[in-house]
Amino acid sequence: MEVFLQQLINGITLGSIYGLIAIGYTMVFGIIGMVNFAHGDVFMVSSFIALVAFLLLVSLLGSSSIALVLIVAMLFTSLVNWTIERLAYRPLRGSFRLAPLISAIGMSIFLSNFVQVTQGPRNKSIPPMVQGDFVLFTKNDYPVTLSVKQLIIWIVTAVLLVCFWYLVTRTRLGRAQRACEQDQKMAALVGVDVDRTISMTFVIAAALAAVAGTMYLMYYGVVSFADGFVPGVKAFTAAVLGGIGSLPGAVIGGILIGLIETMWSAYFSIDYKDVAAFSVLAITLIFLPQGLFGRPDVEKV
Amino acid sequence: MASGAPAKRVDAVRALRDAGVTALLTFGLFLPLIGFQTVTDVRNDLILNTRWPLLFAVVALVGFSRLAYSFAIEPWLQNRALKPAVEPAAWRGKVARWIIPFAIGFVVAYPAIVLATAGFGRSVKWIDNFGIQVLIYVMLGWGLNIVVGLAGLLDLGYVAFYAVGAYSYALLAKTFGFSFWILLPLAGTLASFWGILLGFPVLRLRGDYLAIVTLAFGEIIRIVLINWVDLTNGYAGITSIPRPTFFGIPFNADDDGFAAVFGLEYSPIYRTIFLYYLILALAFLTAFVTLRLRRLPVGRAWEALREDEIACRSLGINTTNTKLTAFAMGAMFAGFAGSFFAARQGFISPDSFTFLESATILSIVVLGGMGSQIGVAIAAVVMIGGTEIMRELDFLKLVFGSTFDPTQYRMLLFGLAMVLIMIWRPRGLITTRQPSVVLKERKAIASDLVKEGHG
Repeated sequence: MEVFLQQLINGITLGSIYGLIAIGYTMVFGIIGMVNFAHGDVFMVSSFIALVAFLLLVSLLGSSSIALVLIVAMLFTSLVNWTIERLAYRPLRGSFRLAPLISAIGMSIFLSNFVQVTQGPRNKSIPPMVQGDFVLFTKNDYPVTLSVKQLIIWIVTAVLLVCFWYLVTRTRLGRAQRACEQDQKMAALVGVDVDRTISMTFVIAAALAAVAGTMYLMYYGVVSFADGFVPGVKAFTAAVLGGIGSLPGAVIGGILIGLIETMWSAYFSIDYKDVAAFSVLAITLIFLPQGLFGRPDVEKV
Repeated sequence: MASGAPAKRVDAVRALRDAGVTALLTFGLFLPLIGFQTVTDVRNDLILNTRWPLLFAVVALVGFSRLAYSFAIEPWLQNRALKPAVEPAAWRGKVARWIIPFAIGFVVAYPAIVLATAGFGRSVKWIDNFGIQVLIYVMLGWGLNIVVGLAGLLDLGYVAFYAVGAYSYALLAKTFGFSFWILLPLAGTLASFWGILLGFPVLRLRGDYLAIVTLAFGEIIRIVLINWVDLTNGYAGITSIPRPTFFGIPFNADDDGFAAVFGLEYSPIYRTIFLYYLILALAFLTAFVTLRLRRLPVGRAWEALREDEIACRSLGINTTNTKLTAFAMGAMFAGFAGSFFAARQGFISPDSFTFLESATILSIVVLGGMGSQIGVAIAAVVMIGGTEIMRELDFLKLVFGSTFDPTQYRMLLFGLAMVLIMIWRPRGLITTRQPSVVLKERKAIASDLVKEGHG
C-alpha cells in the first residue's frame, strides 16, 4: 500500500509533465490535422533554454529564480515554435498530406542536432533547484514522501491548466481556434484570421511545452540533446489515449501514461517501461482509435 | 525582357525593414543556445560561456541573406512567375530515355572507375562508404517504396524488419554456422513473417495513426533487442559475425583464401568489391520484383488501395490480403538488406536500428517522389551520399580553424535538407507517374492530380 501511494505521487508528477506536452500535440492536431513530430524536440529545446536561464539567474536570485526561469523559457520557446511554424509548416499547408509530416521529422532531426552541436553531446546536470520533502506518513519503515519539487509541479500544472482552460473557452482567441478546428474556410469567411490563429496555437503549445521542459529540468536535474524523442512519443501516446483533439483528454491521458509507467517500473520491470507506454499506444489505436474523450472519426467517400 | 510586364522596382525601405526584423528575430532565437554555451569546469560544475562573436556573425549572416533575398531572389522569382510556362524542351525526353541505362552502366562500372582514379589503397573507402552505403539505402528505399509508395501505407517502423534480418543472420550464422547464401532467404522469410505479424493488428488504421503505431512497434523491437541480453547481448551487440564467402572461398589471407586461389596478392579490396556487387544485385532484384509485381493483380490492387481504399473495397478487392502482402514484401526486402548489413559489418548492435534510420528511409521515399523508383534512387544518392561526403570536407578546417569538425554537422544539414526539399518540392523530386495499366496510350500523369496516402 505504501509503495503504491508513493508510486501514485511519482506517477502523477510525471504524468503532469506528459500532459502539458500532450496538450501541444492535441491542439496542433486538432487545428491543422498534423502530427507535429518536432514537438518533443521543442520540449527538449525549452529545457535547455531553462538550463541557460537558470545558470544565469541562480547566482543573482537563488532558488526563487525558478519563476523567472519559467517565464524566460516560455518566451523564448514560443519564439522558436512560432518560427518553426512560419518556416517549415506554413508553406506546406494545403499541400500533399505527407509533406508536413516529413518536414516535421526533418525539423525534429535538425533541432536535436542543433542542440548537440551548440551545447555538446554530454548530459547537462545541475545542482538541485529546490530541496526538501514532506514525509506524509511512515508505515513498515517505508516513508511516503511528497517533495517540494513535486508539489511545485502539481501546483504549476494546475494553475496553468485553469488559465489555459479560460483562454480556450472564454476568450476571442479560443473561439477563433475552435472555429478553425471545425472549418478553416468558413472561419476565414466570417472574419477569423486563420494564419494568426494557427500561429497562436503553436505559441501556446510551445509555452506549455516550456513549462513541461522547466519542470522536467527541475525534477530530474539533468537534460541531454536526445531527451526530446521518448517524452515526445509518450506525450503523443497520452494525447491519443485521451482522444486526439480533446484538451481534458490530453491531461488525463498524460496522467494515465505517467501512472502506467511508474507502476510498471515498480511492480514489473524497469527495463521494459517504455515498452509498456508504446504498447498502450498501439492497443489504444487498434481498439479505441477515438480515445477516451475523442469524437469518432467519420469515414467519408 | 520581351514579354510580360516590367518587374516592380524593389522597395528599399521595406527590404531594409524586413532584414532588420529578421535579424532581430534571429537574435532572439539563437540568444539562449548560441549566445551561451554550457560547459563543465574543473570542479565538474556546469558554468556558462558566452559566444557573442558567433551569435552576431549568425545574426548578420541571416540579416544580409534576407536583404539579398529582397533585392535579388524575390524580383527574379516574380519575373519567372510572369513569364508564360514553357513547354519542356525536346532534349528532356531524350535525357529521360537515356538516364536509366546510363545510371545502370555507371553503377556496374563504379568499382572499376574508382580503382582507376583513386588507386588501390584509397578505393576501399570510396567503394565501401559511398557505393555500398548508398546502395543499402537505395535497396531499403525501394523496399519501403512497396509499402509507402505503392500501397500507400505510411510505415515509420521499417527499420524493425531490417533489424530482424540482421539479427536472424547474425544469430543463426554464429550459432549453427549456416552460410550466407542459406541464411539470406531465411532472413527474408523471417522478416516478412514479422511484417505480417505486425501488419495484422494495424489493418484498420490509416494515415498518421498507422505511422505512429508502426513507430511504436519499431521502438518495441529495439527495446527488446537492448534488454533481451541472453539472446542479443544487449547494447554490446553481436561481434565477429561470419562474413560471406565467394561460393565457398573465404576472403582472407590464407592459402585457400580468395587471393591465393586466384593467384592474386592479398588485399581487403576484393571483399569490398564482392560486397558491392552483392548489394547491387540485391538492389536490382528489389527493383525488378517491384516492376514485375506492379503488372500482377496484387500490384494493381496496391495502387488501387493507395488511391482510394473505400472504392477499392467496393470493387471487391480483399484489402486485408492486399495490405498484408504489401507489408510482407516490403519487410522481406528489408530482411535481405539486414542480413547483408550484418554480413558486411561483422558487428551489429541496437544502435544501428534507431528511429532515425526509419525516418531516413521514409524521407528517401518521400523526397524521391512516392512510387517512383528512379526518384528514390536519386534521393538516396543525394541524402546519403551528401551526408557521407561531409566526412571528406577536410579543407573546411583551413577556413574555420583546426577545431572545426564537419562531420558534426552531417545530421544537422540532413534535417535541414529534409525541410527545404519538402518546401521546394512537396511531392518529391520525380512527381510524374506512369500508370501500370493503360487504355490506349502510355502517358505520364502529374501527381498533383491524384491524392494518395489516405488509405
